[in-house]
Amino acid sequence: MAGTFVSTKINGDQTEFVCQAGETLLEVLRNRLGLTGSKEGCGTGDCGACSVTLDGRLVCSCLVLGVEAQGRKVNTIEGLADGDALHPLQSNFIKHAALQCGICTPGFLIASKALLDRNPNPTDEEIRFALAGNLCRCTGYDKIVRAVKATAKDLRKK
Amino acid sequence: MKYQTPSTTKEAAVLIKRERGKAFVLAGGTDLMVRMKTGLTEPDLVVDIKHIPAMQSIKKSATGFRIGAAVSAAEMGENAPLKKAWPGVVESANLIGSDQIQNRCTVAGNLCNASPAADAVPALIAAGAKANVVGPQRRRTVSVEKVITGPGTTSLAKGEVVEAITLPKRPPKSGDAYLRFIPRSEMDIAVVGVGVSLTLGNNSVIKSARVALGAVAPTPLLVSAAGKAIVGTKLDKAALNKLAEACSAACNPIDDKRGTVEFRTEVAGVLAQRAAKIAYKRAGGK
Amino acid sequence: MANDTKFRNRQFKSVGTRPPRPDGLDKVTGRAKFGADTFAPGQLIGLVLRSPHAHAEIKRIDTSKAEKLNGVKAVITSKDLPDLTNGDRDLYDTLENCMARDRALYDGHAVAAVAAIDAPTARKALKLIRVTYKLLPHVTDVDEAMKPNAPLVQPRVYTRGVSPKPKSPSNVAKVSEFGHGDVEAGFKAADVVVEKSYKTEQAHQGYIEPHACLASVGPDGHGELWVTTQGHFIYRNTCASLLGMEVAKLKVTSSEIGGGFGGKTHVWMEPIALALSRKANRPVKLEMTRDEVFRSTGPTSSTSIDVKIGVKKNGKITAASAHLRYQDGAFPGIWAMLGAMTAYACYDLKNVKTVGYDVLVNRPKVAAYRAPSAPMAAFAIESTINEVAAEIGMDPVDFRIKNAAKEGTKSSYGPTYGPIGIGPTLAAVKKHPHMRAKLEKNQGRGMACGFWFNFGGETCTDLNIGVDGTVTLTVGTIDVGGARASLSLIAAEELGIPYESVKCNITDTGSLGHNDMTDGSRGTFSSGMSTIFAARNAIEELCQRAADTWEISVKDVVWDDGKATAKGKKHKKLKPLSLDELAGGSPNTGGPIAGHSQIVADGAGVSFASHICDIEVDPETSATKVVRYTVVQDAGKAIHPDYVEGQFQGGAAQGIGWALNEEYIYDENGRLQNPGFLDYRVPVCSDLPFIDTQILEIPNPNHPYGIRGVGETSIVPPLAAIGNALSDVAGVRMTHVPMSPPRIRKAIKENQA
Repeated sequence: MAGTFVSTKINGDQTEFVCQAGETLLEVLRNRLGLTGSKEGCGTGDCGACSVTLDGRLVCSCLVLGVEAQGRKVNTIEGLADGDALHPLQSNFIKHAALQCGICTPGFLIASKALLDRNPNPTDEEIRFALAGNLCRCTGYDKIVRAVKATAKDLRKK
Repeated sequence: MKYQTPSTTKEAAVLIKRERGKAFVLAGGTDLMVRMKTGLTEPDLVVDIKHIPAMQSIKKSATGFRIGAAVSAAEMGENAPLKKAWPGVVESANLIGSDQIQNRCTVAGNLCNASPAADAVPALIAAGAKANVVGPQRRRTVSVEKVITGPGTTSLAKGEVVEAITLPKRPPKSGDAYLRFIPRSEMDIAVVGVGVSLTLGNNSVIKSARVALGAVAPTPLLVSAAGKAIVGTKLDKAALNKLAEACSAACNPIDDKRGTVEFRTEVAGVLAQRAAKIAYKRAGGK
Repeated sequence: MANDTKFRNRQFKSVGTRPPRPDGLDKVTGRAKFGADTFAPGQLIGLVLRSPHAHAEIKRIDTSKAEKLNGVKAVITSKDLPDLTNGDRDLYDTLENCMARDRALYDGHAVAAVAAIDAPTARKALKLIRVTYKLLPHVTDVDEAMKPNAPLVQPRVYTRGVSPKPKSPSNVAKVSEFGHGDVEAGFKAADVVVEKSYKTEQAHQGYIEPHACLASVGPDGHGELWVTTQGHFIYRNTCASLLGMEVAKLKVTSSEIGGGFGGKTHVWMEPIALALSRKANRPVKLEMTRDEVFRSTGPTSSTSIDVKIGVKKNGKITAASAHLRYQDGAFPGIWAMLGAMTAYACYDLKNVKTVGYDVLVNRPKVAAYRAPSAPMAAFAIESTINEVAAEIGMDPVDFRIKNAAKEGTKSSYGPTYGPIGIGPTLAAVKKHPHMRAKLEKNQGRGMACGFWFNFGGETCTDLNIGVDGTVTLTVGTIDVGGARASLSLIAAEELGIPYESVKCNITDTGSLGHNDMTDGSRGTFSSGMSTIFAARNAIEELCQRAADTWEISVKDVVWDDGKATAKGKKHKKLKPLSLDELAGGSPNTGGPIAGHSQIVADGAGVSFASHICDIEVDPETSATKVVRYTVVQDAGKAIHPDYVEGQFQGGAAQGIGWALNEEYIYDENGRLQNPGFLDYRVPVCSDLPFIDTQILEIPNPNHPYGIRGVGETSIVPPLAAIGNALSDVAGVRMTHVPMSPPRIRKAIKENQA
């Protein structure tokens, strides 16, 4: 079956690829574009490890077809830092020990950024519900929530 | 697998009707993509409706609201007039999954996926919502409670596509609410779902009411006896008890990995009482 | 002196601080490479065909159509994995679990596999494989499997641990007994005896990263395996044995691991990947789907436990016993034995007897899950302890304090304890502000204790000093929770240099001697000890270089605060030489300076914990929420307190999920109904409160820094802590885990009736 040619923007860079119609955006990112920062934890939208933003909206890339990226903007974990300047979320995750094994971390960072972009002063409960779509099995979420809170505070100061 | 992006509803309907193999509508993809991943569904054709202008917006008019089939639950939650008029419908749509799911899923998709536990459906039924259905030859309108015919099956013919969900004009002193039971705080399929919509007459007496249940039968149910139980009352204890009894009586659930028959039957009554109280308060009832 | 394991109390400079971890940057940028994050040119995609039946004879496997499909490069069945196990029973079990031989033993058991040029082709090929099954009766419940006419899971298994030796095979693979004293006499002497039975359902470790590997084997018998694992040396040994490869010729490199908790200490599909690669003569990438992870890896046991405790009115336990029935899946294990060992470990008992039954069922092969077998036993015992305390009108914490084990106690599983933390954690709980916090409407409070042994094991470490004085620490113990940071702190502490000067690497199997896997909370304990010895070994060399430079006897050189100092009045004029200076001069003083250690770390300390839990229950629906949680646990010495807290919180969260909602649900055909995160319900962020932690430090006398392993104990108390909290708020004793809302509702209604 002939593939489909897709032209899109990934982390601000013009990107083109060919994929089969049935391939997910996650499969395209990882297997065709080498962007392995987004992870497959379940493939069915239950764990959030594959979280990216699509035209600024937080989505599970395992539930988006690669062909749907045509003409749209995709942002992944690889684009979160600005060159060698980490995003405050990234530095705070390290500082607050908000990661152990790290497999869920890219998904949490993307989801946390999506939260803080729309709600710069979230309550603890708002943080927890906004991140309910991201599973972590190592931390019990405690230090993750603290890192997001601290970042919200840091960003509000700026 | 073929992927098409038609720009009109009719085009979408024709593509699906013509497909010899298995054709599916792709809106948010939060059900279809899961079925594809688990191998339950192997489409020959996927028709992406998100490029169809007639499906992309929420419109308020004199006759009520029209929610395009490609509108995401998140967009519904961001529409202030819709939230104000139909807080129950909107909160039920906003309960479907995580933020990641919310940004993609649609109530039309939730309806057409036809799960008995669909979160958006009980409140739509209670609201008296209708589906605008477009086929290759004709258009028709059908009450939402008549769309789902069984687990995973709808009354839509092959080639018929839901273009929009409409909500009727809202009389003053009306309120609606949706509550569901899930074992965690998020991310679960409803074990029980209850939608209540009511309108008050004079003195905060309920003039009309519709009550719908989800996840307690092979399809979501409009329970007329439950609505009748609270009409003409101010939701006193007796009325609430009758309401709970009517709901429990209407249940026809199964024991499955999410809940037992006795649990669902009992909790349906409890949640109906709570949802009715919230709807009553929202309608201005005292 | 160098390899002295005795704890010496000292002031630490690096140990106990909280610097950022070295792998943090890669993990927050997406650069870190996990099991599925590597690719090889020309790689094939491997997929596994799995039995949908709980128990079936495999009459025939026809792979001809699959082999002919364009793009398919290899198809294998058990024929491609000949039995080279040479009578090694455990190894044969591993072989049979990797791929079914004559029978499929559980829903998800591998029966064949393919390697093809891409995933769609591999999926098509799997569909073309025709397996002819003859269905056999199956059994999935542990008590059902023990009944005399239960379907037999393994005809080659005869019960071990019974006398006389049995003549017929059985589903009871092993009986283990522990204890001392005379429980019959003890029960007779009791004023009150409480007997209760409990059931716990099967849970999975739930790591977010599915198993994945990239295997590459050539016809010359040399191979490489990139894999997510808790023990790449163990994986190497097992895979080499199963494939008939020589150990030194199989190089296994561990990726970053996306969670393991014991589930990645055992091979599952890795031998399949290697066999496919060997047959196709191309690299094969094999990733498990989430569905496969649940069905076909190693969950923990489901159990059925009877508890009997006798007590005097003054609160002293006179006798305690337990019968613990654990299912091991379709292959024998030691899981009931571990349960029987840990059950009463927290208590000082004169008369105690525990009997464990390891039982076979048609379920996946059970693997370790964080303090394996202890949580279920603790649920049963700690729930009963509360019942007993209530019967005699004593406060549950005071009751535990009165009966707690202490230094000198003969444990219920045999050894005599040195200084231990159970008493201190109970005292800390008693004083903790959580115990005095006000409870709101519909809320209740419970507490419980837990125990886990820690293991030592084979450990090998290299420490190399670069010419600029920075240090490379090479270890073979997988980093599951921040070990690289902790080990760097330890090396920095020993050498007296800044933490930032140390870089810790986990190396492949070709570059270091054998290291046991990271389990049994042995990571920091064993690698920490080995790091200390490697550093001291390097310090010996550094002192020798200083002595040579000064032309004095090495006996006159001491190492302190990162410098070699010449001691004694006669050497007063000699200025100390720093590590940087000695490193810089090393090309002229004898070459690279390094230290090495290879040990079998011994003397691991045991770790105790006490937890407090507040729970809120909706009185009409039994919806349950944990509203406050506190972990008090003994760490011996917290090398990096942030990571110790993280282990406490993570283990508690897993215990809470297991207590409330996590369970394997099988239908009447023995098929797993919920192999996904939708219906296998692990806690999400909004389910949990902040988890408070209090680290106690009762030094382990057999470790230079007093370290005890901390990673596991925190999963042990939550099941009972929650059970006890539910008892407090709803007035019901829950005896079936998970204590999900329908079960709570049913218990409350039965209680009201």
